[in-house]
Amino acid sequence: MPLTEPTQSGVALPAEAVADAARSGAQTAPAPGVPAAPRLHSELFYFAFRNWKFVLGSAVVLACVAIAIVGPWLTDHPPLAFDGPTDQPPSSEYWFGTTSYGQDVYSQFVHGLRAAFLVGGLGGGIAWVLGVGVGFTAGYRGGWIDDVLNMLTNVVLVIPTLAILIIVAAYLQVQSYTTEAVIIGLTSWPWAARAVRSQTFSLKTREFVEVARLSGRSTRQVIATELAPNMSSYLLMTFILLFGGAILIGASLDFLGLGPSESISLGLMMNNAFLASALLLGSWWWFLPPGLGIVAIVGGLYVMNVGLDEVFNPKLREL
Amino acid sequence: MTRYLARKVVIYLLTFFVAVTIDWAIPRFMPGDPIEGLLSRMKAQPGATEELTGYYSHAFGFDVPLWQQYLNFWAALLHGDLGRSIANFPTPVSELIMGALPYTLALLIPAILLSFWAGNKTGALAARRKVLDNTVLPASYVLTATPQMWLGIVLAWLFASTWAIFPVSGAYGLDVQPQWSLEFALSFLHHWILPFSALFLVAFGGWAIGMRNMIIYELESDYSNYLTALGAPSKLVRKYAYRNALLPQITGLALALGAVVAGAIVVEIVFSYPGLGTLTLSAIQNRDYFLIQGIFLFLITGVLIANFVIDLVYVVIDPRTRVGMQGGS
Repeated sequence: MPLTEPTQSGVALPAEAVADAARSGAQTAPAPGVPAAPRLHSELFYFAFRNWKFVLGSAVVLACVAIAIVGPWLTDHPPLAFDGPTDQPPSSEYWFGTTSYGQDVYSQFVHGLRAAFLVGGLGGGIAWVLGVGVGFTAGYRGGWIDDVLNMLTNVVLVIPTLAILIIVAAYLQVQSYTTEAVIIGLTSWPWAARAVRSQTFSLKTREFVEVARLSGRSTRQVIATELAPNMSSYLLMTFILLFGGAILIGASLDFLGLGPSESISLGLMMNNAFLASALLLGSWWWFLPPGLGIVAIVGGLYVMNVGLDEVFNPKLREL
Repeated sequence: MTRYLARKVVIYLLTFFVAVTIDWAIPRFMPGDPIEGLLSRMKAQPGATEELTGYYSHAFGFDVPLWQQYLNFWAALLHGDLGRSIANFPTPVSELIMGALPYTLALLIPAILLSFWAGNKTGALAARRKVLDNTVLPASYVLTATPQMWLGIVLAWLFASTWAIFPVSGAYGLDVQPQWSLEFALSFLHHWILPFSALFLVAFGGWAIGMRNMIIYELESDYSNYLTALGAPSKLVRKYAYRNALLPQITGLALALGAVVAGAIVVEIVFSYPGLGTLTLSAIQNRDYFLIQGIFLFLITGVLIANFVIDLVYVVIDPRTRVGMQGGS
């Protein structure tokens, strides 16, 4: 099924995965049970590189990664130093112009990209580990463990992530992007847990899982060697969506001024630009790049994800 | 049906309980003394500091045992007492929130409903239609990946700053008073369009993608194939597919509520729209902790109520929930 997520910034992608129960799953199961074989891998690569969505999405994301890695070396201006002329449009010296405080926008942008990848990777990673862990455990063990975990998931799911982040960040005084990423990771896992749980439910009644269980292997072994490999595409896509979601939430937090104030991020750039009335001054070079950076990364990830969905699930490939 | 709703209500009550507990626990168990930390950051005048320390220790109720503090917190809450705002001392927090709430709702409710309706219709239209699919889909992906505040900034820059078609901030003109008059309504609408559009467009993208994907699955399913084989016109097949695809979308609506609320908060800030978002920002900037905590509880209560409304809608449209089967999720 199309794995989509209620991203934090927008309504975004309705979490269809969560709706499995409503549809009793059966008729739309995406065939996760195909064992991975070498031949299949090359076939997957073949379809992946023929799929324009996957190619385009991953190209955009990789380009952003490259800019984030290389970009800071190409400028002599530290992102937060007030050492340039103020309110300059883009020029050969200041590629993206300067802020009202004389800071180099290009330098802020490339450092902001780094922060975005840190928050996305770490925050999304933590959410992924929690979501997958809870989902597998609940789905595979069932019974009271499932009841308890399901209750926990539902409770965390209903509480708006940003609301809880606002109150935590307000008291905690977030000092680093690592802290911010951890807070985001701890609050954004529930939909992933539900998605993985419902997948596990439909997979655990298959014969090969029964055989593995009868052979006396422990729960962890069965999950690691039988269930996870057969859901690898699903798990990969879950991570991609969590990654993008974490970047969007992080940007909102930074925009509210609840992120680290000692370093720069894309959200903080927007916050600074907004508070300095860049809008009214018409300093488009200040507030356009951070948003475009986020749209490029997150949009690239989403488009890549649809591409992957079509690669893994032949039914979806364009006719 | 009763069982289905009862289960939901239990979860919502539990969530509310957890939320209140978090709200109570965070200032008390965070590292450092909250009152001292608060006042050192507030740079209050010397005389005011003493008074505020007194107010805070009393308001937090630190002088009684922990369990009693917790009970007192609940008691105050159930009486609608969320404490007093520091920045606007001595206005009660609940009064500030009530003043801001109508503006937030005026943005949120139309944005949620209209984007859901338009997004689903568009997504259903685009599915399995090559040209539409290849235009609507990429546009939707860009929209749904856009941070709302940035879209708000861009809209304000284009339509308010560059071409002065719409006002750049506020909820109504300075020349009118909030009242039931045509003049006010027009001014309100004029100010409302840009922030609404920012929320609407981002949400629209998400629903269009979701519906497009769902309806493709429905069109692949056995009942669709069977219907087509019987010679039913494709319009009819799509109609049934749409109905079935709508169910998970409604579940998605419940899940997306938190995200839309978050979007409204940041968009309001961009347009200085006098709702809960702008109130949140000023509370954060002034370190007005009781106000932050009050807004937190209010947002969660609102989301819980909206969730319950969606559950009721679900009971109406999904017959399985009514006959005791496990519909919904």
